[in-house]
Amino acid sequence: MSGDHTHQHGPTGQHGHGHLVSFDPTESEPDHHAAPPAQGRALRIGIGGPVGSGKTALVAALARSLGERVRLAVVTNDIYTTEDADFLRRNAVLPPERVEAVQTGCCPHTAIRDDITANLDAIDTLEERFASRDGQGLELVLVESGGDNLTAVFSRGLVDAQIFVVDVAGGDKVPRKGGPGVTTADLLVINKTDLAPLVGADMDVMTGDARRIRGELPVITQSLVEDPSAGEVGAWVLDRLATRVAA
Amino acid sequence: MPGLASLVLADARFPGGGHVHSGGLEEAVSRGLVSSVDSLEGFLLGRLRTAGLVAAAFAAASVPVSAHCPSSGTSHSRPPLTCDDADVTRSRFAELDAELEARTPSAAQREASRAQGRGTLRAVRAAWPSPVLDDLVAVHPRPHHPLLVGAVCGVAGEPPGEAARCVAYLAVSGPASAAVRLLGLDPFAVNAVLVRLGPALESVVAEAVSAAGAPSSDLPAPGAPVLDLMAQAHVDQHRGRLRLFAS
Ligand SMILES: Nc1nc2c(ncn2[C@@H]2O[C@H](COP(=O)(O)OP(=O)(O)O)[C@@H](O)[C@H]2O)c(=O)[nH]1
Ligand SMILES: [Mg+2]
Repeated sequence: MSGDHTHQHGPTGQHGHGHLVSFDPTESEPDHHAAPPAQGRALRIGIGGPVGSGKTALVAALARSLGERVRLAVVTNDIYTTEDADFLRRNAVLPPERVEAVQTGCCPHTAIRDDITANLDAIDTLEERFASRDGQGLELVLVESGGDNLTAVFSRGLVDAQIFVVDVAGGDKVPRKGGPGVTTADLLVINKTDLAPLVGADMDVMTGDARRIRGELPVITQSLVEDPSAGEVGAWVLDRLATRVAA
Repeated sequence: MPGLASLVLADARFPGGGHVHSGGLEEAVSRGLVSSVDSLEGFLLGRLRTAGLVAAAFAAASVPVSAHCPSSGTSHSRPPLTCDDADVTRSRFAELDAELEARTPSAAQREASRAQGRGTLRAVRAAWPSPVLDDLVAVHPRPHHPLLVGAVCGVAGEPPGEAARCVAYLAVSGPASAAVRLLGLDPFAVNAVLVRLGPALESVVAEAVSAAGAPSSDLPAPGAPVLDLMAQAHVDQHRGRLRLFAS
């Protein structure tokens, strides 16, 4: 019977709301926890990954390439608080009022996952600032996590989608190690491909492992030295924005 | 009658933004005033008897009492903060808000208290929805943390003593965990310090509860000028550099 049952729902076995298994014997309702459409506020994209992988450089590239077209702002969680924010301001990538830095109390992963209060406050501050200024509001908020380990992911209560950035210089075994960032992020970016020959990293191994672990989820390899505009990631972000507006 | 509310609110895992506040400990550490388990113990005792007592008294005084709040039945000579009459509740909250502001001379500490109140509010709205919270927010959109804890404990049916114990404990547990992170102190030794503060904590709770029945202008007002000055310096002098905690 179970075999027939599975086939009735097609190869993925999905019911309407994607609940494969319920552990609640009293449950009779369909899953009412569908992701909220979150209209009326900016799309929030988290950018996570280990220290030095190129998160700030990616944020700067996106701010430069999308800043003209998209009303965007940035929240940074760097463990030394304002380093990243200063970098973004100094390079005139973003005017100061579009960058908010938060303190994470020595726990960058806590601030993006277990207790997202400081980040939500920063986003609220930015949204209020621009809603009252030009009445148009923000379209996109990029939240850069403080550099952390491979297990750090953003809470779904904080961001709508997340990008995980690893770099070639960290070794070509990084994707194989997995961890929730590499495995589940909506987009995996393997950065600094220009360094691959210098550190003896095999790009085929990295992308092969990443694709095997991630299944259908996308992987982009890039070098911000060779493409300072982060073209492919920018296109992915624009696609997320367009999907959301259409929804 | 300890209940779940005061336990949840005092839990270090409660997602109300508390983990980014060190209660002045980061500044004390950066000035070399706290560097060991012994000096931490002195710092915590001082904080408990000053900021801790003020917070405890205001939390106890903010517990609403009425026929509709399960916590009724405690005898108080103060004008009761009721759940039924929004006007009475609001004017009592307004009074407590103003009196607590007056007892918190450092703007940085007032901001830290409101930031934690706002974060806690976001979390408790989902857990204990109540018109009492609306009354508190009507007084100020970012309520002081002790007032909010008192209100929530009351809504959850806990007596003033539990609200007082909760905030008095948080006044020392927050800095204690910050010390573990900033100084790498032995966590077992630091935990033992917290437990040794037990009798002092109980006397603060007793004093807070007995004071809570008085008119709000007579609530305790012990001063801690060094903590006040350091809290301000932490924000003013460290703005933009090497600051891991918001307060
Ligand atoms: N060679 C090379 N260096 C890069 C690339 N992307 C970033 N970097 C450099 O890597 C260092 C760390 O980048 P950063 O963005 O600060 O990393 P974060 O800690 O993840 O924010 C900086 O010196 C960047 O200039 C890249 O694609 N190639
Ligand atoms: Mg960075």
